[in-house]
Amino acid sequence: MDIFATALPALGEALTLIFHPQQIMFLVAGVLLGLSIGVLPGLGGIAGLSLVLPFLFGIEPVSGLALMVGLIAVVPTSDTFSSVLLGIPGSSASQATVLDGFPLAKKGQAARALSAAFMSSLFGGLLGAVVLTCFIFVARPLILAFGLPEMLMITALGLSMVAILAGRVPLKGVVAAGMGLMVGTIGAAGAGGSLRMSTYDIPYLVDGFQLVIVGLGIYAIPEIVSLLRQDKPIASTGDLGMGWLQGVKDWWENVWLSTRSALIGVVVGIIPGLGGSVVDWIAYGFAVQSSKDRENFGQGDIRGVIAPESSNNAKEGGGLVPTLIFGIPGSGSMAVFLGGLALLGLSPGPHMVRQDLSTTYTIVWSLALANVIGAGLCIVLSKYIAKLTQIRFTLLAPYLFMIIAFAAFQSRQSTSDLVALIGVGLLGILLRRFDYSRPAFLIGFVLSGQAEGFANMANQIAASRFRRSWEAGFDYIFTPLSISILVLTLLSIWVGIKQSKNIRENIEAPTGAKRAPVVFLLCITVYIAVSVWDASNITRVGDKIFPLVVGSVTLAGCFALLLRMRRTSETDDAFVDLEAGGDDANAPHGLWKTLSWFLFLLVGTFIFGLVIALSLFFVLFFRLRGGVSWALSTGYAAMGIAFIMFLAWVLGRDFPPGLLQKVAHLPWPLT
Amino acid sequence: MSIKMKTIGLVAGAVTAAITSMGHAQDLAGKTVDFVIPFSESGGSARWANFYAPLLSEALPGNPTVVVRYRPGAGSTEGANWFQEQDTNDGTLLFGTSGSTQFPYLLNDPRVRYEYSDWQPVLASGTGGVVYLPPDLGARFDGDFDDLTEEFFLYGSQGATTLDLVPLLSFQMLGLQVDPVFGIEGRGDGRLMFERGEANIDYQTSSAYLKSVVPLVDQGLAVPAFSFGSLDENGVLVRDPTFPDVPSFKEVCEATAACKTEGVAWEAWKAFFVSGFAAQKMVYLPGSASADVVAMYEKAFRTIFARPDFAGLAATELGVYPQLTGDGGRSASDQATKVTDEARGFVLKWLDDAYGVKLQ
Repeated sequence: MDIFATALPALGEALTLIFHPQQIMFLVAGVLLGLSIGVLPGLGGIAGLSLVLPFLFGIEPVSGLALMVGLIAVVPTSDTFSSVLLGIPGSSASQATVLDGFPLAKKGQAARALSAAFMSSLFGGLLGAVVLTCFIFVARPLILAFGLPEMLMITALGLSMVAILAGRVPLKGVVAAGMGLMVGTIGAAGAGGSLRMSTYDIPYLVDGFQLVIVGLGIYAIPEIVSLLRQDKPIASTGDLGMGWLQGVKDWWENVWLSTRSALIGVVVGIIPGLGGSVVDWIAYGFAVQSSKDRENFGQGDIRGVIAPESSNNAKEGGGLVPTLIFGIPGSGSMAVFLGGLALLGLSPGPHMVRQDLSTTYTIVWSLALANVIGAGLCIVLSKYIAKLTQIRFTLLAPYLFMIIAFAAFQSRQSTSDLVALIGVGLLGILLRRFDYSRPAFLIGFVLSGQAEGFANMANQIAASRFRRSWEAGFDYIFTPLSISILVLTLLSIWVGIKQSKNIRENIEAPTGAKRAPVVFLLCITVYIAVSVWDASNITRVGDKIFPLVVGSVTLAGCFALLLRMRRTSETDDAFVDLEAGGDDANAPHGLWKTLSWFLFLLVGTFIFGLVIALSLFFVLFFRLRGGVSWALSTGYAAMGIAFIMFLAWVLGRDFPPGLLQKVAHLPWPLT
Repeated sequence: MSIKMKTIGLVAGAVTAAITSMGHAQDLAGKTVDFVIPFSESGGSARWANFYAPLLSEALPGNPTVVVRYRPGAGSTEGANWFQEQDTNDGTLLFGTSGSTQFPYLLNDPRVRYEYSDWQPVLASGTGGVVYLPPDLGARFDGDFDDLTEEFFLYGSQGATTLDLVPLLSFQMLGLQVDPVFGIEGRGDGRLMFERGEANIDYQTSSAYLKSVVPLVDQGLAVPAFSFGSLDENGVLVRDPTFPDVPSFKEVCEATAACKTEGVAWEAWKAFFVSGFAAQKMVYLPGSASADVVAMYEKAFRTIFARPDFAGLAATELGVYPQLTGDGGRSASDQATKVTDEARGFVLKWLDDAYGVKLQ
């Protein structure tokens, strides 16, 4: 085997390459940057890499690699902070961590959750690096085995996770996922460019909604608004607890779960196109499916933290496999990474793996080292970062909104980003209120484009093969690999439906009057119906078939749910309404009043641009809602504005402009 | 607005800043030049812009900081529409386009609200592309496609109105039965489909071909059929200098019975080829930029081309293709952004008939 003849010497050579003070310095710089990016909600590897890209040109390749790999390796480590402490995913790869991590923090066990998460991240990252090492040798034939039918099956496997996340009423899960799929089809169709639910008069819609916006809107905004209405610190006890060792112990007790999740992470990472946004969900779903006692999932089960955190670090190692071996990016951040490699004068592909093996292996070492340094730093610094949870949330929320608005604006640099954010946020609030599974919606949204693309392409190729002969067609579709994945998918749906009642986003399920849930469902039904009608008007078959089929299925789900609502009494789970009782109903501040603060920010931005609107919003919010003195309000506001200006200055970004900027030329940052 | 300008602007206020920035076109010392491209951080245009940004910074008077900024959206038309509205006149704003910006303009896409003739070109960068076949079909290719017209071809495509328009039109003119599989994300995916045996004809742009397909050719897994060619300094279609052993499309077309190198189809092919390959990437100044500023940039690009290490740097990053400024750049920009109504009509009708693609 050439593993011993070439791989080991190359690994050794790579180790000597990376252990130069200069490379280590670049690696640590990358790690620090990655950690800070990860902590900020909504900003992930893509934003971080884009930040360093301009500085890469002309750097020595190994140093540049160390910087980039250090950065992407630790984003999924530090993004745990905001997932656990704030209930906001720090990046798209740690959305599932919120489900159990946040309840743990609320119980005052944040330290335990964090240390378990860091251990899992560390372990997953290292495992990913090991697998990457081996895969560089053996992956080529394996990856070529994943043709379009197999990719389609993998996507279906991802969608089947909806079954386990559907919540109390499986039908609601179907509706939520279907709606996610439909929202994902908005814009110009990938294949033929036909417009769906959009028009050229609103160019923003033609590109569809960006994942950043949908993720922030569906997750972050509802949680922030809900917390804001309570007007309390996030963790009720305030103390992080002494759970540090407990967390490590928890991880050790679940080391097999961690291993399996990490392997899932690697495999999902390897498959191009599936990307990082589903890996945590798959690992989470798997953890629930494979556990005997499932009662605590969703309410602070430590395994719900270990599984996604092990997988999301491991996926970076996996994601590097297709990126390095084929030059095919597995995710958005890998696409940027690929751009960075080009700037360093490296051309990923079989060529690089063959000719530049030692350079390639410095990536492996950087990955492993970065994970160790990243997890270590997180443990050392966590006490300081964790203090955030003890602050009254009303004083924290405006800053979060500022960062979210800024992050959302990065997606298209258009003020419409903020409108979309608030719009999707409202949808997220309503989904949460009426107990529709938000993970199901998001998975549908994320997989929509892929599901449609793979289905269309596989269908075209299969049709062409069938034209040649039946045998050629069947050989293409029914490979051993695609059949295995299909079996896995069916298994996952079966287990999922059986077990879904055990995962709950909301613990209590108060039901109220019939009217509000019915009105909301009617609104969804109308949206789906209009989408189906809109799709039926498209002339190009390839562009209309997917929204038509998915829309019809979803519509059937809506009608079935409406029927159930008609037949059952008000106490049925179909009528869950968080405003009818429990924390939300008893909150000191109303939902709409709280939301109107953000409408105020939005309208202000449209008139004055974000910076001026934000300053006004800060001062008024701290004074009127927070009840602090005018002087303090101004001070807090100045702090926030200074921070965001520093961030934008470092990143070289602008702020959303308003009408005022159309009329008058203002200096940065008011532009 | 630039980083340094931020501080100055904050102190001095809007009006003074606007006034002082005028009339000092010849020296950009202490300023920041925004090099805006209507694409995201990944991809060829980002590479190209990041290649030129530091070189420009060294070559421009006063050595300003040159920052690449990304304004992606609506297949690059959003960024171009934005640039159309800019009236910066001191040379602190550059805009980089690509074939993806030219094609919607040539096809009268309804999203296009920009007008190339309003802008002032200062650089035109070319590239090329090579079409290749699997070995069994490659063995039956003997300089013409006459023996392959009965074959069913599958081709992974990003969409009929993208740069893929040129290869698709080439296949159509050669009389090949090609089913495009639309919806792939990038050319790399197309190559992967070819390697998996799902597609049996593919093309890659020059740099990707050199890096990823040449190893396949060496292993006998792929056979080059033709390159799209290149324009020489007189604007005549010739063999691609990067691939002197591969026949150009023009040669293959002449040899193939079904294909004609005259008439409206040929005119259309040539227009879109220039726009998508021969003069694919261009740098523009806003129409408001003064003649001094344009001259300053042309001089800077000439300085860059004259660098002793430029050929070496460019060969790895851009391939061996003409990098034109001054009159050459203007003429390339002219060719890449003009198409006769007849040729446009032909392409629009073909897109609708063959693929059901309409530009509303």
